Amino acid sequence: MKILVAVKRAIDYNVKARPKADGSGVDLANVKMSMNPFDEIAVEEALRIQEAGHATETIAVSIGPKQCQETLRTAMAMGIDRSILIETDEEVQPLAVAKLIKAVVDKEQPGLVFLGKQAIDDDSNQTGQMVAALLGWPQGTFACGVELMGEQVQVRREIDGGIQTIKLSLPAVVTSDLRLNEPRYVKLPNIMKAKKKPLDTVTPADLGVDIAPRLHLVKVAEPPVRQGGVKVPDVAALIDKLRNEAKVI
Amino acid sequence: MTALVLAEHNNAELNPATLNAVAGAQALGGDVDVLVAGSGCAAVAEAAAQVSGVRKVLLCDSEAYGHALAENLAPLLVSLAEPYEHLLAAATTTGKNVMPRVAALLDVAQISDIIGIESADTFVRPIYAGNVIATVRSSDAKKVITVRTTAYDAAAATGGSGTVETVDGSAASGASQFIGEELTKSDRPELTAADIIVSGGRGVGSSENFAIIEALADKLGAAVGASRAAVDAGYVPNDYQVGQTGKVVAPTLYVAVGISGAIQHLAGMKDSKVIVAINKDEEAPIFGVADYGLVGDLFKEVPAMTEALD
Amino acid sequence: MEREAMEFDVVVVGGGPSGLAAAIRLRQLAIQNEQELTVCVLEKGSEVGAHILSGAVMEPRALDELLPDWRELGAPLNTQAQEDRFLFLTEKRSFRLPTPPPQNNHGNYIVSLGNVCRWLAEQAEALEVEIYPGFAAAEVLYHEDGSVKGVATGDMGRSRDGGEGPNFAPGMELHARQTLFAEGCRGSLTKTLFERFDLRNGVDDQVYGIGIKELWEVQPEKHVAGQITHTVGWPMDRSTYGGSWMYHLEENLVSVGFVVGLDYKNPYLSPFEEMQRFKTHPAIREVFAGGRRLSYGARAISAGGFQSIPKLSFPGGLLIGDAAGFLNVPKIKGSHTAMKSGMTAAEAVFDALTGSEAQGLEVTTYREKLEQTWLWDELRGVRNIKPSFHWGLPMAMLYSAIDTVLLRGKAPWTLRHRPDHAQLKPAAECQPISYPKPDGELTFDRLSSVFLSNTNHEEDQPCHLTLRDDAVPVAVNHARYAGPEQRYCPAGVYEYVGEGEDLRLQINAQNCVHCKTCDIKDPTQNINWVTPEGGGGPNYPNM
Repeated sequence: MKILVAVKRAIDYNVKARPKADGSGVDLANVKMSMNPFDEIAVEEALRIQEAGHATETIAVSIGPKQCQETLRTAMAMGIDRSILIETDEEVQPLAVAKLIKAVVDKEQPGLVFLGKQAIDDDSNQTGQMVAALLGWPQGTFACGVELMGEQVQVRREIDGGIQTIKLSLPAVVTSDLRLNEPRYVKLPNIMKAKKKPLDTVTPADLGVDIAPRLHLVKVAEPPVRQGGVKVPDVAALIDKLRNEAKVI
Repeated sequence: MTALVLAEHNNAELNPATLNAVAGAQALGGDVDVLVAGSGCAAVAEAAAQVSGVRKVLLCDSEAYGHALAENLAPLLVSLAEPYEHLLAAATTTGKNVMPRVAALLDVAQISDIIGIESADTFVRPIYAGNVIATVRSSDAKKVITVRTTAYDAAAATGGSGTVETVDGSAASGASQFIGEELTKSDRPELTAADIIVSGGRGVGSSENFAIIEALADKLGAAVGASRAAVDAGYVPNDYQVGQTGKVVAPTLYVAVGISGAIQHLAGMKDSKVIVAINKDEEAPIFGVADYGLVGDLFKEVPAMTEALD
Repeated sequence: MEREAMEFDVVVVGGGPSGLAAAIRLRQLAIQNEQELTVCVLEKGSEVGAHILSGAVMEPRALDELLPDWRELGAPLNTQAQEDRFLFLTEKRSFRLPTPPPQNNHGNYIVSLGNVCRWLAEQAEALEVEIYPGFAAAEVLYHEDGSVKGVATGDMGRSRDGGEGPNFAPGMELHARQTLFAEGCRGSLTKTLFERFDLRNGVDDQVYGIGIKELWEVQPEKHVAGQITHTVGWPMDRSTYGGSWMYHLEENLVSVGFVVGLDYKNPYLSPFEEMQRFKTHPAIREVFAGGRRLSYGARAISAGGFQSIPKLSFPGGLLIGDAAGFLNVPKIKGSHTAMKSGMTAAEAVFDALTGSEAQGLEVTTYREKLEQTWLWDELRGVRNIKPSFHWGLPMAMLYSAIDTVLLRGKAPWTLRHRPDHAQLKPAAECQPISYPKPDGELTFDRLSSVFLSNTNHEEDQPCHLTLRDDAVPVAVNHARYAGPEQRYCPAGVYEYVGEGEDLRLQINAQNCVHCKTCDIKDPTQNINWVTPEGGGGPNYPNM
């Protein structure tokens, strides 16, 4: 079975994003970009499944400008066998990304598609589910445990209030949550080897996908600054406020 | 203009998150219908019909929907979508799991985790982990939306007079199967999912003293968190840490005890709906963001609060 | 423990201006002469530029020599210096003084050195230099004969107690015929080399300053692209070396910062607080009204200049850049000389390697060549300026004017340096300084500032701020000097917590911005900064 992992080049999780002063977008000039942390976890899971002998080949795919090659090289330095860059300088939103990934899936025929549950820039948490819908495949989202069982995959999922376990027939789409695994450190010799692994480039047009955005950015702004409220004189007053004014207890 | 809200429930009771989603839908200005799909969930439909402002409840009662599996729910929603311009769900794990599938099947974009509605096609949502607020306009005919529950006060659970209409579902897809669930009900809730969090900071003084925090948390049914200073000082293990390099949380109520409010901590809890601070230093920065502040000795106030809460 | 090893011709430790210039020059020579030469650059920051912080007004002299077509190649030197202003400040007033000749910036560019390094890294990679960010060189490796064999990267995935975590990955050895140490000011491996090869024998102690920088986006009407301002005087007193810079870059950005000489005497002095209060001066604060602070960071600089230049070569390796100390203090510039030293080292190393197969060569020709370059003349000419500040500001300004204008740097004497850490007076002999509280708009607290440096370290790892003797902080630093590390650290790493018997030094290693000030200023040299896990530390954007 082949495993396809989709990875996104997004703002590094250490960097604080800020809106530009004119509100027209986020200031990304010279900002450090890295592989989306949830995608790193997805890559790690794919590798572990391969190392356990359940997959013959792992493929990474990324969509974006040429610099996404770096992200794919990182995936290959972790151990992914080969990668595909769908190169475009245009904005690609989740629905378009899902269609592009479907096109790759149609060609590569993997048994499992892994994605991070959401990208830390857009925070949409949609792409994996959309890929599954377009393919008509089952989905295991927010996975904190993945176990292959023959022609099925058992997924433990983080839900509000606990953990849910579901079983999906393969082929299936799984999106990773934070606690799924701890990605391995990339080793120097593997970075060198990754430079020689295959990286193919195609365009959305090659795949016959219309990537025109459906959501249009009107403006961005900083979140409203939280103001201090009131001081209460004692515990009784506090409980009263919480119960009767804020109604949170 | 009508909106359809996917109800969240456990087949017996309506999940409160649905009330926030309904409130969000009502902000669109048109009629609001609710879909209750489940297995043996007639009571939920009745409850939904009583929610203030709900016009009609669509009840789809079939085993296929017993556990809100996306592969089954999404086609159902698609089959019912035609009259609705807006399809919404609370941004719970169920809503987040199901709605994008609906959007893709309808070939439209989804607008996730909205915190505001400017018009029928323009919405406000947080991006970059809440560091940036984006206003976006959808050019699709149908809008699929998930609503952040803390953004809209719950619609009243009673006073409504909606009708209940049964609709047909379809067979389960079979591609996915519910195996089981482990819900942390009696145990302390998990930090990132908790509705209420009580956090201790350096002021707590020792790991033994953290029992004071835990006692209050237990009374409130809350999760226990900590500032990095408390973790660094060894009072609690580091998975309790709320903050820039710890967990980012957005509960309905966050009680910060003995926490000064350094920006690194605020980064992890600033999206809490209500913040309470208990600290003996009245100049502590935390009071600059707390909705309710109590200046006092935590060793006196916190046990007093625990006792008073009954 | 057996570690894997990789072989290179040259390994460069540090992806800053000197390291990258050296790597580029080496590959240029290799290509020109059709020679094989593998060059590897190790950088502890998560990307090139992540740990780079500087004012900076850059003299393009070295860049012109290294990459003459830098304009066509898109080097980010976008703002030409337009106007130099030199101000003397008192608490309420400012006086414009004639611009000291070294501070005439005609022909120079106001840059983000981090962006320049990012661009240099692209040029280097185009020449097939292998650059590995996220890997800290943690250990120098030696052959049996004592010559440098290369370096080893630090282990990844060690837990706080030193044990092996679940993802443990041992460090790798990088062997090289020549290793260039380009760690920047107070390099941690360089420190061990000084000891091992006695490289500081006969030269003055290195002396340092700490530079604390903020990057602001100001209101367009307050922005004057190309304007360069330096101040002396307030808030420093006459006997404390320090001054500020304010540079207007492109796009309404202003780089503002303060340097405090680390030979300051009063343990109650906080360089961070000095920088914050400096901004409140009436002549300064207007620029920032209505603006927003984008970034913050700090770094020590080598200010010893000519008389502190150590022996630069040893068997198997060389020192380049600010690790050796080529910063021109009166010019307040170090990147052009850093680059020049890297380029010169590259030329010497190339000749040596192509001339001989031997391992562990000591490339003494590096220093010989360097002494023939403009770098040497430049540093020699300004050598007496910094040490003259021992006499206090008024005398220093007078002396500097004489030395620069009349003597033209050719005084027959050389003033000497004294080690910074030994200058601290006991707290009992000094007055605490009352600093104003931050207002959250113009002035800020330390933690909010560190927040803007995007600093992060893997939580569960051994603390990289090591103490030679655990008892010294409470017994000496706190007892005698009132715990100065609480004040000189610009990132709030050090805190004394508890009282009486429970008093202890708490080290918040997570906040460390890798400035090296603690390693320099600790009065008993008890703090030894070593590299944390690679990739950790600040992630400076545009700094």
